[in-house]
Amino acid sequence: MKKTPDELLQAEWSPAGPDWLDPTVDFEARRGSWSYPAAPKNLKYLGFPNPREWSPTDADWKLPDDWQAILHRGLEERLAKYRSLRLFLDICVRCGACADKCHFFLGSGDPKNMPVLRAELLRSVYRKDFTTAGKLLGGLAGARALTPEVLKEWYYYFYQCTECRRCSVFCPYGIDTAEITMAARELLNLVGLNINWVMEPVANCHRTGNHLGIQPHTFKDNIEFLCDELADATGIRIAPSINRKGAELLFVVPSADYFADPGIYTFMGYLLLFEQLGLDYTLSAYVSEGGNFGLFTSHETIKRLNYKMYAEAKRLGVKWILGGECGHMWRVVHQYMDTLNGPADFLEDPVSPITGTRFDHAASTRMVHICEFTADLLQHGKLKLDKSRNDHLRLTFHDSCNPARAVGLLEEPRQVIRGVCNHFFEMPENTIREQTFCCGGGAGLGNDENMEMRMRGGLPRGSAVAHVRDTHGVNQLACICAIDRATLPALVEYWAPGVEVTGVHELVGNALVMEGETPRTSDLRGRPMLVPAEASHV
Amino acid sequence: MYDKGKILTGLVLFVAIVAFPFWWSLASGAEVRVPDIAKPAGETQCLEDAETMRREHMQLLATWRDDVVRLRQRIHTTPDGRQYRKSLTGTCLQCHTDKAASCDRCHDYLDVAPYCWDCHVATGER
Amino acid sequence: MRVLVALLAVLALVVVGWAGAGLPWVTGIVVPGVAFAVFVVGFVVRVIRWGRSPVPFNITSVAGQQASLPWIDRSPLDSPKNGFEAALRVAADVLLFRPLFRNTRTKRGHDRHPVYVPERLLWAAALVFHYALLVVILRHLRFFLEPPPPLVGAIDWWDGFFQLTTPVLYMTDVLLVAALVFLLGRRLVDRGLRYLSLPADYFPLFLLLGVALSGLYMRHLGKVDLIAVKELALGLATFQPRVPAGLDAAVFVHLVLVSVLVAYIPWSKLMHMGGIFLSPTRTLANDSRRRRHVNPWNPQVAVHTYAEWEDEFRDKLVAAGYPLDTAPAAAPAATSAPSSESVHA
Repeated sequence: MKKTPDELLQAEWSPAGPDWLDPTVDFEARRGSWSYPAAPKNLKYLGFPNPREWSPTDADWKLPDDWQAILHRGLEERLAKYRSLRLFLDICVRCGACADKCHFFLGSGDPKNMPVLRAELLRSVYRKDFTTAGKLLGGLAGARALTPEVLKEWYYYFYQCTECRRCSVFCPYGIDTAEITMAARELLNLVGLNINWVMEPVANCHRTGNHLGIQPHTFKDNIEFLCDELADATGIRIAPSINRKGAELLFVVPSADYFADPGIYTFMGYLLLFEQLGLDYTLSAYVSEGGNFGLFTSHETIKRLNYKMYAEAKRLGVKWILGGECGHMWRVVHQYMDTLNGPADFLEDPVSPITGTRFDHAASTRMVHICEFTADLLQHGKLKLDKSRNDHLRLTFHDSCNPARAVGLLEEPRQVIRGVCNHFFEMPENTIREQTFCCGGGAGLGNDENMEMRMRGGLPRGSAVAHVRDTHGVNQLACICAIDRATLPALVEYWAPGVEVTGVHELVGNALVMEGETPRTSDLRGRPMLVPAEASHV
Repeated sequence: MYDKGKILTGLVLFVAIVAFPFWWSLASGAEVRVPDIAKPAGETQCLEDAETMRREHMQLLATWRDDVVRLRQRIHTTPDGRQYRKSLTGTCLQCHTDKAASCDRCHDYLDVAPYCWDCHVATGER
Repeated sequence: MRVLVALLAVLALVVVGWAGAGLPWVTGIVVPGVAFAVFVVGFVVRVIRWGRSPVPFNITSVAGQQASLPWIDRSPLDSPKNGFEAALRVAADVLLFRPLFRNTRTKRGHDRHPVYVPERLLWAAALVFHYALLVVILRHLRFFLEPPPPLVGAIDWWDGFFQLTTPVLYMTDVLLVAALVFLLGRRLVDRGLRYLSLPADYFPLFLLLGVALSGLYMRHLGKVDLIAVKELALGLATFQPRVPAGLDAAVFVHLVLVSVLVAYIPWSKLMHMGGIFLSPTRTLANDSRRRRHVNPWNPQVAVHTYAEWEDEFRDKLVAAGYPLDTAPAAAPAATSAPSSESVHA
């Protein structure tokens, strides 16, 4: 990032410049705020249309000849398939309540990042093609023909929305920009306008089972490596089973949790927890991904990738599924999985084998979030813990967009954090829970070429973190999302230096007192703990 | 998921609500009717012409009340020089003797509830 | 420019109404009749068109704690557990405008960092406008019903409680105009709003102002003949149309503006009055893991089955010691293309 935080803070929120009906986007001048197109190999593998080499800075985007007809038909089809889309295109009154709720608008001051205008980009074309007023009055009714410039503008702005749904909470009619963006991205996909940071993970996940393209032997190596690290740190040797039939639970995690810092420490936390409980679970290399970048592609793609989860649970004969800390994974699991790939009638009602609690709220999908599972354990006092082992950490919690606004998973992670940590401080109320701000890198935008926009979008979150750092000495930003764990480190380095990013179950792992462990003086990351080693053996 | 039943129920409710005046009128057998105002027997001239009186009588009465109560001015002079005592019961109702026929019919027709009668007692009423 | 277009359109309608006084049967009977029919039919058609598109997924936008573990306090209105609670949520949205009550304004604070302050003016103005309009509409029933029901008289009496001016000035008239002026003013003054506003945003505001001001004029200045107005209105309500003598031109201006307003509803953003009851993010309960939501067009898609995956990575799986479904000898050659096999739920 060449620009300093101070420079980014100069963005003005009162728009000036040309009329918004003017679609021109200068991609060359706006480098750092868009993502590279999908490599043709990924589109070919998935059977997506129009695979080719191209760049947004090219004058000619090599669209199919009849691209306008394709998009018109595509929109018509989607209007018939999604009530949300038709309704949201029809009823917005442009009251402006959503305008300053978008992190990208607050960070960039670009008026087309106001959710209302982002939707107008699509709505204006809808008016022109599908409404009487738009056909008759044209620009006077806010209608625009679908020109190549408008299409380019779509590419820029619909891959500049993280589908975080914060605006939807404030809309008097619940208009959800994520629905608009998802429909627009489906349309863009029809003519081959996709970004590689979405399509490569989708292709990888389809083939290998995870976004990163880790093949099964490497998956096993990674797990074993993490187990070695864990043994070094704690003296506890764990060998989780993989692809084992007959286990009670299938445990699904986002791939970053066994691949990259800091997610790997969260993964170690899971392993320690299950070890202490003696849980009968298995991992799967075929379902080595909880996340689902299909969510950022199309509803059909969600189904293609998500298919594996139930299929594998059925093949392995488990009773129910436990899911790890991941944001958009839980949007899919909570709101799409059962509908697309259910019913899960081959699974059993999810019951905690430790506490006997029936998770009735997951009675149909039969998949439980690990924070729900652990909160239940803590409530029943089933864990041997030493909270003081986290005393060197001063925590705040970032609600990830999807667990917050799709699931309503607000208190469970907090109960876990309070259960294993002594120093927990909330960020300002307008930046957490259902009003939480995005990390700026969700929905496939967490790539390096988009770094300026990520940092701009990260401003509201970064400011809130810096605030609790300065007022409470917070040094850890906890979250329950793998994309967060991938994007927030860069964000806090930029906006709130001195704060590290951690998963919630890493904190659990730190606090668990394991039978036969070596005296603990450092946490899972090897950072010295405040408690003397002897005191930790309670 | 179409929620067909709920949507149709909602639409029926919507039509029932917006068409309320129509079916209410039909059901109650309402006819287009104009109130029949009783004109004073034997008198042909009010303070001013009928159109002005229709438009301004409420203003006039309110002004009279203020003049009498606050300024103790009790005499009203018409543009053509006739003089009257400023009094609802003492002047107006002397000619318009039947309050029900002179006042109430129109007021009831238009659902107007003048607050004259909060204090005044119409002649003959208790 | 966009403001001017909308203002001129409304002024033109005023002129049309004024001139229309010369054709009382057209302006007084045909125009309101047609407008009402367009409103009802257009509204129903629009809602049915929405209804024909299904709600394929449960996409509740959750704004509070889910119902999960019994000891965790949940938010019934912001994360409804069932249809009944979702209906309460919609009712609260419709009747109280809860989402707008939550509204904040982002300001630049220390070192230009964002801070969020409650911003309830829009909520207040919107609430005042809608309720004032409702009361005004209910009060107008005195013209359409004979005899007027007691409830209408009661509303009338309370609305004129302060007995200011003669005829009595209605509170809702003042509030309605004040709210409209505020809503128009913020669109003009706030640079962001002015930037995004279309003629279609100014037009209904000017139109409503025109309706309200022509109404105020008729009551307080023009003092039109209400007996004649009621005769006209009753004629419409009882399907016995007649045009009485003595109707003021202002009545026709008011009628034309109201007619255009109601006929405009189905074609415009004013359809939010129906749409708010159908918004999938608010009408659905947050129960998508509890109860299966059915998608009528659940797509058939190409998937990568376990068997294909096992075949593709067989050598590596064997080398890494994975348990396999198919013994290595019996397996066909590996393939890397996605399956053509489809799943259908």
